[in-house]
Amino acid sequence: MNERFQYDNRIVKNFLFITVLWGVVGMLVGLIIATQMVAQNTPPDAWYYWIVRPFTWLGEQQWFTFGRLRPLHTNAVIFAFVGNGIFAGAYYSMQRLLKARMFSDVLSKLHFWGWQFIIVCAAVTLPLGITTGKEYAELEWPIDILITLVWVVFGINMFGTILKRRERHLYVAIWFYIATWVTVAMLHITNSMELPISFLKSYSWYAGVQDALVQWWYGHNAVAFFLTTPYLGLMYYFMPKAANRPVYSYKLSIIHFWALIFIYIWAGPHHLLYSALPDWAQSLGVVFSVMLIAPSWGGMLNGLLTLRGAWDRVREDPVLKFMVVAVTCYGMSTLEGPLLSVKYLNAIAHFTDWIIAHVHIGGIGWNGMLTFGIIYWMVPRLYGTKLHSTRLANVHFWIATLGIVFYAIPLYFAGFFQAMMWKEFTPDGFLVYKNFLDTVVEIKYAYWLRALGGLLYLIGAFIMVYNVWKTAKAGKLIANEDAEAPALEKVAVVNEGGHWHRWIERRPIQMLVASLVLVAIGGLFELVPTFLVESNIPTIASVKPYTPLELHGRDIYVREGCYTCHSQMIRPFRSETERYGEYAKAGEFVYDHPFQWGSKRTGPDLLRVGGKYPHSWHYYHMYDPTSMSPGSLMPPYHHLFNDALDTTTTTKKIEAMLTMGVPYDKEPYGPGFAQRANAHLDEQRAAIVAGLKKDGIEANADREIIALIAYLQRVGTDIKAKPAATAAVAQP
Amino acid sequence: MLKFIKHHLSSIGGVEIWPMLSFVVFFLFFLAVLWWVFTVRRTHIDHMAALPINDDNNETERHAL
Repeated sequence: MNERFQYDNRIVKNFLFITVLWGVVGMLVGLIIATQMVAQNTPPDAWYYWIVRPFTWLGEQQWFTFGRLRPLHTNAVIFAFVGNGIFAGAYYSMQRLLKARMFSDVLSKLHFWGWQFIIVCAAVTLPLGITTGKEYAELEWPIDILITLVWVVFGINMFGTILKRRERHLYVAIWFYIATWVTVAMLHITNSMELPISFLKSYSWYAGVQDALVQWWYGHNAVAFFLTTPYLGLMYYFMPKAANRPVYSYKLSIIHFWALIFIYIWAGPHHLLYSALPDWAQSLGVVFSVMLIAPSWGGMLNGLLTLRGAWDRVREDPVLKFMVVAVTCYGMSTLEGPLLSVKYLNAIAHFTDWIIAHVHIGGIGWNGMLTFGIIYWMVPRLYGTKLHSTRLANVHFWIATLGIVFYAIPLYFAGFFQAMMWKEFTPDGFLVYKNFLDTVVEIKYAYWLRALGGLLYLIGAFIMVYNVWKTAKAGKLIANEDAEAPALEKVAVVNEGGHWHRWIERRPIQMLVASLVLVAIGGLFELVPTFLVESNIPTIASVKPYTPLELHGRDIYVREGCYTCHSQMIRPFRSETERYGEYAKAGEFVYDHPFQWGSKRTGPDLLRVGGKYPHSWHYYHMYDPTSMSPGSLMPPYHHLFNDALDTTTTTKKIEAMLTMGVPYDKEPYGPGFAQRANAHLDEQRAAIVAGLKKDGIEANADREIIALIAYLQRVGTDIKAKPAATAAVAQP
Repeated sequence: MLKFIKHHLSSIGGVEIWPMLSFVVFFLFFLAVLWWVFTVRRTHIDHMAALPINDDNNETERHAL
């Protein structure tokens, strides 16, 4: 006996349109910062000056500097574009695979508007410099709580639908959605442990090496469980739909699922090779990363082979074209990822543009192209019409593919050659490129080509906007699509066979628990030992907490997103110790809430910048970077010279640090220091202003720049100092 | 907060056994998945694989592109 019901297409349409909108926004911000990065400080007599000037002008305003817009770009693309893409595809496929309308229209709407509100909050707070300073988790604590709430709404809606389903068995796409939901929840909560000191400012509960490990466990698995598993779910649904034939091997998809979710969660430390992370953790990351090739390629082949016998249609159907390129890019980046986690290759590629190329093969290749394919497939069906123009969709496909090529290939070259330049020695044993900037100038051509690639990709997206709009106008939204299916019998059929796995296929809650157990095992094994074993983080006696002024300076460093271009992690290579100084030790970072190791060197490493230059150098450099480093790509930071440092928060900051175990109650500070902190701060900035005066600079002591100088002069110096000398520095 | 958690975790007796145990649990689970995949009935697999294909309500919406 069939039951009649209706699929909710309106929510799918809403998510789909907003995916398109945020996609364009995210890509546009990417194009803006790509242009800023190469065109900042273009001389006015250059012929292209007026073309790039709008972008570089933006980059000179405090809200739109590279350091603030880069987190906006990554967050917009990951959580706004891909996030809404996931929801659009999942809401469409779940209803049909489960033969049920979504559990609650109210929850669907709440999910939709809640998620968009979060995105708007991100778009406002990130340019304002409100950030936690942890990559892809930059949003401050109130927004983190909102994310958690909306994620729970999504979860209830999803599981509610699963529970009232009319199809007994859960198709593998649904498994991927379940694993996504549970793992993202776990990652987000674990990595967002923060101690708020005000409505929009908090400190990571973790410090230094532990913070780094949690962050990259999160960062890596955000790629795995936000950019990969849900999209694999979409692939397993929409590719068979578009090809109109079942997936090549359903058995393979099962192995793919279990192997992938288990192995992925362990691989995070490959982001921290040669860092101060304990060696065993690094090796663990390498082993599991290499193992990842198997399930990833299993999945890729499964996707591509689904098209067996339908390859003739790939020539005509843009949907299939987009999907083929997407899955190919998935295969490429999931082979490259494990290879990059082999230490030898990592030593070359890490901190360079190679990684930027790699992630964009995943981002604009895998996620972007699959999203476009799904959009072109869904829109005509949601509107009961044909696609406005297959030809335009084909144009979009080619221009986007060309965009990927122009984006990635120059950056691969740039990354490789810059790494070679960083490591090149003269026969006498000196660095050939002593000045970091020399290696930047050499790869500027690649940055231009990357901006061109991004432009092409964005033009393609605009073509899609037009095509989608025309298609929607030509048809009429089937807001509630009629469907019918027999109700699920309450009693399980007894003679169906007693296999335990089939048992689990029918039980979503058990599936949820199994997924959680699997990812939690990996997560715990990876994280807990670093928190447990004292010897993992050797303490260094001379390392002391930052002075109040330095702490403020550090917060400015975090606010400005300096970590987006500068690392604070000198790897134990001769090429790095020669260039920067002593390599980084785990014990140096024990008071760093959050850690600021960075992941990319557009500029040089800053771990040993403390004491390297006089105060005046930093003063001039922050006002006009090219005055100290001719040809620099860094924007000026005039607002640090105009804005007064907010010292009303000093006491709270010190108290927060004390709560987290930073020993401000011990020597050289002593009990009750929080109350005396501002007096200490005033003394230290008077000393810096006096130092500047010697170099002929009349500086205003209450400006933010003084705090930043204090921090920059402190970074990485403790290790050089004898314990007694450190105490002297800490109490000027 | 974390320092308190840390203390309790490190005072668990024989905590080193857990990583090994977790690995063994997963490995056995994975072997079981393999065993199931190789022994499952063909008809069931065909049914599962056909789920996305058979969820259309009307034939006209196919090939809409």
